[in-house]
Order: sequence, then C-alpha cells, then structure tokens
Amino acid sequence: MHKITYKREMAEKTVCHFKVEAPRIARKAKPGQFVVLKVNETGERIPLTMGGTDPATGLIDLIFQVVGKSTALLRTLNVGDSIQDIIGPLGKPTHVENLGTVICVGGGTGVAVMYPITKAYKEAGNNVIAIIGSRTKDLLILEDEMKAASHDLRVTTDDGTYGVHGFVTDVLRKILDERKDVKLIVGIGPVPMMKFLCKLTKEYGVKTMVSLNPIMVDATGMCGACRVTVGGKTKFCCVDGPEFDGHEVDYDELVKRQRAYLTEEKVSMEKFTTVGR
Amino acid sequence: MAEKEEKEKKPKVPRQKMPEQEPKVRAKNFDEVPFGYTPELAQLESSRCLQCKKPKCIEGCPVEIDIPAFVKLISEGDFAGSARKLKERNSLPAVCGRVCPQEDQCEKVCIVGKKDQPVAVGRLERFAADWERTKGEITIPEKAKPTGKKVAVVGSGPAGLTVAGDLILKGHEVTIFEALHKTGGVLIYGIPEFRLPKAIVQAEVNYLEKLGVKVECNCVIGRIDTVDELLKEYDAVFLGLGAGLPQFLNVPGENFCGIYSANEYLTRSNLMKAYMFPKYDTPIARGKNVAVFGAGNVAMDSARTALRLGADTVRIIYRRSRDEMPARIEEVHHAEEEGVQFYLLTAPTKFLGNDNGWVTGVECLRMELGEPDDSGRRRPVPIKGSEFQLECDMGVVAIGAGPNPLLPTQTQGLELNKRGYIVADLETGKTTKLGVWAGGDIVTGSATVILAMGAGRKAANSMHEYLVNK
Repeated sequence: MHKITYKREMAEKTVCHFKVEAPRIARKAKPGQFVVLKVNETGERIPLTMGGTDPATGLIDLIFQVVGKSTALLRTLNVGDSIQDIIGPLGKPTHVENLGTVICVGGGTGVAVMYPITKAYKEAGNNVIAIIGSRTKDLLILEDEMKAASHDLRVTTDDGTYGVHGFVTDVLRKILDERKDVKLIVGIGPVPMMKFLCKLTKEYGVKTMVSLNPIMVDATGMCGACRVTVGGKTKFCCVDGPEFDGHEVDYDELVKRQRAYLTEEKVSMEKFTTVGR
Repeated sequence: MAEKEEKEKKPKVPRQKMPEQEPKVRAKNFDEVPFGYTPELAQLESSRCLQCKKPKCIEGCPVEIDIPAFVKLISEGDFAGSARKLKERNSLPAVCGRVCPQEDQCEKVCIVGKKDQPVAVGRLERFAADWERTKGEITIPEKAKPTGKKVAVVGSGPAGLTVAGDLILKGHEVTIFEALHKTGGVLIYGIPEFRLPKAIVQAEVNYLEKLGVKVECNCVIGRIDTVDELLKEYDAVFLGLGAGLPQFLNVPGENFCGIYSANEYLTRSNLMKAYMFPKYDTPIARGKNVAVFGAGNVAMDSARTALRLGADTVRIIYRRSRDEMPARIEEVHHAEEEGVQFYLLTAPTKFLGNDNGWVTGVECLRMELGEPDDSGRRRPVPIKGSEFQLECDMGVVAIGAGPNPLLPTQTQGLELNKRGYIVADLETGKTTKLGVWAGGDIVTGSATVILAMGAGRKAANSMHEYLVNK
C-alpha cells in the first residue's frame, strides 16, 4: 500500500498531481522511467510517468490526466488514502549527455513526463530550450517548473488564451529556422503531436527522441501488449523503451492500438459514473 | 469350472474416472472442470495400487514422492496422513495433482499400467491435498534451528516456491521477490481458473507464509534492485524467473488489434480477472471467431478461455500433425469436447485487418510432414500454392516463450547460453556467479510445473550445503 501525502488539482479537474509514498522507487528511479499502478483489488494496471522523485522523503510525484475509469477512480483518492500496488521503476532511463543545445517539447500531460527529463538535460550542461503547449490556458501545467528546468521556455496554446497562439510545432519550426546548432529534440505528448513534430524535425534532419505510452499490462516484457513498430521492427515499449528514435516510429499503428478498448473503456466509465466504482 | 475360477479372482477394479462438468455447461463458465474424487472413489482407486516392492512410480516422479505410501494411506482412510506424506516431498500437491503430466511420469511406469490402465496417481494426489486443505487441519512441520542465514528467492512460481519451502524448513530466513502484484508466477497468470483455481495457489503461498517465508510483491529485480545488491543483503540468491518472454509468429500484420500473445491473453483473463469485466477493470477482447496458433497446453488454455468468453468458433492452428502436438492428451481431449476445432498441418503466413487496425482474418498455408528435424519431430514443409484464408476477429499466438532478458542481461558474471537462458548445473542449480542459483524455465526453457519444482528442490539442497558451510 502506498499512502498519498499530497494532492493538487492542476488543470480544471482533469490533471491531478499526487505525492505518494514509495521509498524504494524514489531511491532508484531515473528520469524517463515510469511506474505501473493498480488502485485497488479490482483495478487494472496502468502505466504512469513520474513527474519527479525525492529519495530523502521517499515520495514520488504522479501527474496524470483523467482519461478513463482508472484515472477517474485515482482522482477520487485523497490525502491519507492509499494506492494498492505501485511497481517501478520501469523502462529504460533517458540517455542524458552533454550535447550542446537541446530542445524539449512537451504537449498536454506530456509536460509532466518532460519535466524531469528537461531538468536532467540542463543538469548535464546542455543549453536547454523548452516548448510546452496545451489546448487552452487552463490545461497548461508545470509552467514554473519548466521555466526553472530550462534556459529558455516558450509556451503555446491551441486557442491563443495564453502564450503563443498555435501549436508547439509552430514555435519549434521558428527556432529550427533561426539556429542550426540544435543537437537533439525530445518530444513528449499526444501521439498526433509527436507524429507531426517528428515529420517537422526530419525535414531539418535533427535527431528526435519521443516517449511512447501504449497500452501495457505487466510492463516487464512479459505480455507484448505494448508492442510498437520502430524502424520496421516490433519493440516492447515497456522494456525496450519508453523512448525511441521518433523518426522511426509507426505512429498510425500506435494510435490504433491505443484505441483497441474504446468500447470497453466506455462501459467502464459509464459504470463508474452511475455506480461509483 | 471356468466360471468358478472367475469368481475366485479378486474383482478387477477399473481406473476410476473423476466426475466433471458436462462439456456444454463448462464451456460457458470458469469453474474448475473436474470435481475431484469423493472419498469412496479415492479409496476404490487407491485399492488398485499393487504396493510394489520396487516401485517404478517413485523414479518416474521428478521430486520422488513416496507414491505407494501416500496411496496406501488413502486406501486406509487416513487422508490427513496421506497429505502429510505427500508434503514430505512435494510442497504443492494440490497444484501438481492437477497440472502434472502424470501420463509421462509416475503413471507411465506404473506396473498396473502394463496390462491395465495405470493407477490414477495424479487424481489421488489431488484428492489428498484437497481433503487436507478443505477438511483437515493443515499441520506445520517442525522447522530446523535458525541458521542466521538469509536467502532471496526471485520469482514466486513453482521453482521459487519450492526453494522457499525447503529452505525455510532448514532454518534459513527466506524472502521471495515477485515482480507482479500477486504470487504464484505462471500458476497465477498463466493457468486458467477452470484448470487450477487460484484459491489453491493462494492457499499454498499462505502455507509458506505461515512457515515464516516473507513475500514482497511488485519487486522487479533488475530494475528496483540488482542481483548484486541482493547479494549484499542476502547470503544466497535463487533465480526462478520463468520463461516469460512471449514469442510471436513474425508474419505481416501481427500487430493488428485483437492479436494477443498467449501471455497477454491469459494474464488479462487470469491475473487481472478480465473475464469478470466490468466488475474488474481490465478489458479483454471477446472474439466471436478466434484463431489460436500453437498446440501446447498454453494454446489449449487460450482456446478454452476464448470459448468461455463467448466465442462461437475457436480454431487451433498448428503447423504439424496431431502426433506432434505438445499439449497433454487430457487437455486436447477437454478442448475437443468443448468444441475447439483443430486445423492441423496449417501455418499462418499473414494477418488481414480493417481500417481501424483490427484483425479480420489470417492467411494460411497447408503443410505436409517431411524429414525429422532437430527435435526428432517430422519437419512441416509448406505445400506450394495451398494458400487459403480464414476469418477471425481475434488471434492468440501460443507458440512458446523465451527468457525475459530484463534481469539476466543486467547481472554481471551470470553466464547465459546463446538462447539467453541462464547456464546452471542441472544437478545443483549453481550458476556461474558465486552465491547465485537458478532453476525452472529460466534454465531449461518452457517445461512443466513439476520439473521446475524438481529443479527447485535440487537447488535448495545445494544452497543449504553452501549456507551451512559459509
């Protein structure tokens, strides 16, 4: 059991931030790794990225968007409540080195995944430009944190309610037009964002890493639910990833596989909203 | 005269069948298929044992259970005593009584079986273990004096549970580390409820905990702690990791939605209880027209699970012939009775799908048997131009599993063979790394529960010797 010690609604009741007791994971986790959690006995195993970890307090940060029953259920928990199972750290850590100039692009709740990675690139001595974006101002998360974790932060909203009116890719294109010293781009967000971001960066020939979030079950390489096609080969995102060369990923297949259980997700959500569990 | 002679002979008792659910009924539920022997049936069956002076059955058992002795106790009505006798050699009798391939082991060499059908050792084992669990008092055997030595067991499948059970009785402190949120390994995630009720596995683990074994779930060794870190805290480590890496067919279209590895399909259903969705949150595809690739026990489990989840048609697609099918005869028989169809000498070449990325069918080739291959089985050879298509809205790939590289490849000094399995001495379980033993599927490749337990037993003996001399 893992007790929740802190809870904050970050964006219009759709994005939530927990601090949870998980001392062993807090001690070991590195940027880019994730956990799998199961809220209660009847719950499903869902992968969530850690927004941060603190070995001293033994707490890990979970930042999640309410997208279905499991995350809706998770959001009903309060400080003092416990999450039954948390497994981690899982996945390969981000390979961080000093490359020069790195651009970190986060979209939606992908910003939460991006944050510790951005911090790590800065700490490794890189000149870090960060671009974060959301549909609208109220959904924007971790602006201050991202500002501190980078040398230059740009913000976009799709509807123009805050920052630059447009997509993260619009800002990215401008930067890539202006400077030729960008060594690496890391893009994390909804699949369509990563797809278009990679299309763009391929034009400019800049290496781009993405962090994928397919459906997972065990997340230890045992089931293959999370298989993704990268460079024409099948990879297990949970153990081979979650980060891959963004120019090699088959995003269309990923989107379809993410939608495999839409019908069941609706059934689950309806039951949750009517019965409450 | 002839008539008189007949009368004087002891009436021959035939091998007793286990009552079981009707195929049509059971194909729609997840309850266990056989009901098990009643005490009367068990005693009748046990009376068939000849109590051989030189019993072959004991040699046929990988953990050398004193079979004549436990069978005799049943015939005498001492069911609790029989269970105790079993547990002297086998810490998981209720499991083994259900899933051991007895027909290839103890029952294969049974003397009664030379002229008649062999004594139903497996059914009797199951009976005694079930009787103890449900009716009797579970007795805790005496433990040896504490040695002060600490052992870490990685993996809570049959091998790990056996090592833990043996070493705790020898006085060592034992902690099991399990990657999943529940203990039991393949017994929990792989074997379906209708073949091995999960309450039985839980009871076996509870028993170990009563003996003092500590269990830590949600610990993926290799990620949270390395083997070297464990060695700092523990005097010896046993790796019973299983063969948890699913193999795929590697044909085009295999990543269409609706195509599962057997590991995923069974894990969703068994471990996550997706068959009770939406009471349980994990979803599972309920295919109407299901193709299962492979013909081992896991393929049979997958096919029978699909039937229970409402499939109209379930086909086993296998590239060799009936004689080469690796599944137990009983499993094939159960699957056929329930309505699973067999497409033998048939190999998939590609999957077909729709715009949503869902599988809609599979293209197959007919095969014929050629010369024997390395495994001694006749190699299937494609018949040119024999392509045909089968419709399916779900597929399960059950063609075997390999070693999960997560832990082995991260452990320095641990030698692996070229297929990625851990190199360990088959008699002692010793690996190339000091203080580390391994056994079960991670050494041998996918095998049986009882062979993993046998490997666990040997490793436990070797570890004990090492620990007392350390």
